Amino acid sequence: MTAQRRTETAVRVHRAGPLALLQDRGRFGVRHLGVTQGGPADLYSWAWANYLAGNPWGTASLEITFGGLQLVAERDLDIAIAGADLGATLDGQPLPLWQRVIWKEGQKLAFASPVSGLRAYLSVRGGFAAEPVMGSVACVSREQLGGFDGWGSKLAEGDQLAVYIPDGESAEGMSEAPDHARKYFREAPVLELLPGAQIGEFTGRSLYDAFNTWWSVDDRADRMGVRLLGPKLHCRIGSLISEGINLGGVQVPPDGQPIALLNDRQTIGGYPRLGALSPLSASRLAQCLPGQEIRLVARSSGPVLRDYRDFLELFGPAG
Amino acid sequence: MSRSANALPRLESAGLDGWMIRLFEEIDEANLPWITALARQCESAFADTLVDLVPSYTTLLVVFDPVRLSPTEARQKIVALLMELAPDEDMGTGQVHELPTFYDPGVGPDLDRVARYTGMAVADVINCHSSKTYRVFALGFAPGFAFMGLTDPRLECPRLDTPRKKVPVGSVAIAARQTAAYPTATPGGWNLLGRTSARLFDREREGFSLLRVGDEVRFVSVSREEFERQGGDTTPMEAAG
Repeated sequence: MTAQRRTETAVRVHRAGPLALLQDRGRFGVRHLGVTQGGPADLYSWAWANYLAGNPWGTASLEITFGGLQLVAERDLDIAIAGADLGATLDGQPLPLWQRVIWKEGQKLAFASPVSGLRAYLSVRGGFAAEPVMGSVACVSREQLGGFDGWGSKLAEGDQLAVYIPDGESAEGMSEAPDHARKYFREAPVLELLPGAQIGEFTGRSLYDAFNTWWSVDDRADRMGVRLLGPKLHCRIGSLISEGINLGGVQVPPDGQPIALLNDRQTIGGYPRLGALSPLSASRLAQCLPGQEIRLVARSSGPVLRDYRDFLELFGPAG
Repeated sequence: MSRSANALPRLESAGLDGWMIRLFEEIDEANLPWITALARQCESAFADTLVDLVPSYTTLLVVFDPVRLSPTEARQKIVALLMELAPDEDMGTGQVHELPTFYDPGVGPDLDRVARYTGMAVADVINCHSSKTYRVFALGFAPGFAFMGLTDPRLECPRLDTPRKKVPVGSVAIAARQTAAYPTATPGGWNLLGRTSARLFDREREGFSLLRVGDEVRFVSVSREEFERQGGDTTPMEAAG
């Protein structure tokens, strides 16, 4: 940590919407205590929003799910929004995504409802300011950890949000994401799965089904996990002794409907798993609305690792 | 079964940045000194490329930084550690905790149910639960929630059919052959026997959680006066809602 950074109240919550949460990269080094990782469900879009706002890797941003949020700036801010198109407007004018824009004092930034995708990330230059809890401001409501109040609260009407006052007059670096980097979440996604140890315990028919079916996202989908509806998968083992679960783990409870586990999952669990989604596929799944169709495809770690490292390289997450 | 692909310990893929080390097949207190020893060795071998370690009953999940280590490199490190692995000498972490516990129907509303189910008197249920030293097998479900065991076979008791929406902080509970104390108010389906005044989870404290995997735990029966003197909350379950 450098010297104490100065903060200033810069944003007022005019309307809270269903779910807006503060998220930095997440809470690490504490999973052995039963504390989950939190952090952005769509790491990809979160990273881009921060980058375009001129922020270093790990800066805290707002994750806005579904829309409905209305914010008023109390001073001029450089911002960027990436991820879902939630029909964002600035004083009624459509706001471009995947690029830096200026949000002037007094202007109302409003999110409507999903046009494509589910979660948008709003980064302000300097970053939103909150006191870390167990090393992170990542907001996990179930654990009452993180967020602006430190107790896992989502944004509420009337909240005053502080930001760190940025160094320098204006943001530096790329101000607009190149076309190939922008995500529109229109095509049905094909999610990469790294097979896990219990994959051989599923019947041949179930393995065929797992990778040759259009799965449908259930409405039981949140930051803990996303349930997939489709043919019933049969596993020869019903349950395991509880063990650690990594991000993207795809577990299959006795009802045969897989659940892909995301950032706020419980740290241990006891259902057999097909394997784990790649980090970028977990990000993509987090943008799916209920009813969205998806496919699973088995991959080996080599190409998946190359893609993930290419993605991270741009943003330079320090080791 | 032949000692081939199924032999233990075994490394299993847990995604791009994780390996599951499977050390044992069955739940056993004797597993813990091996798991805690391996966890400590992973900490030093991986150093700052380690992201998280999740020890549990029979396994250790290792999560590493995929930018600086490939899955193959991480696997090689783990294999090298397993070749030399020896268990911790004192059968675990060496930490022993005594949790002052007020056993009473007011704060332990399932005492009667457990007594009926096991055919023991309430006093015997309390005595049976508080006379054994337990081992922490895993933390999970909620921050600082420790799964401990094994309880005396006579105390074996199923979970409630319908979990409670809110179990008060400090509630001491049993299910199957395990016991636990709730660090925060959460939903829960275990049988509540009493309440401890110990602060199980504290975000301001070094290390955060009182209990760690491999620790030993004893529940010490205390009077209402002693429990209150130590800061325990005797508000009955129903009133605490």
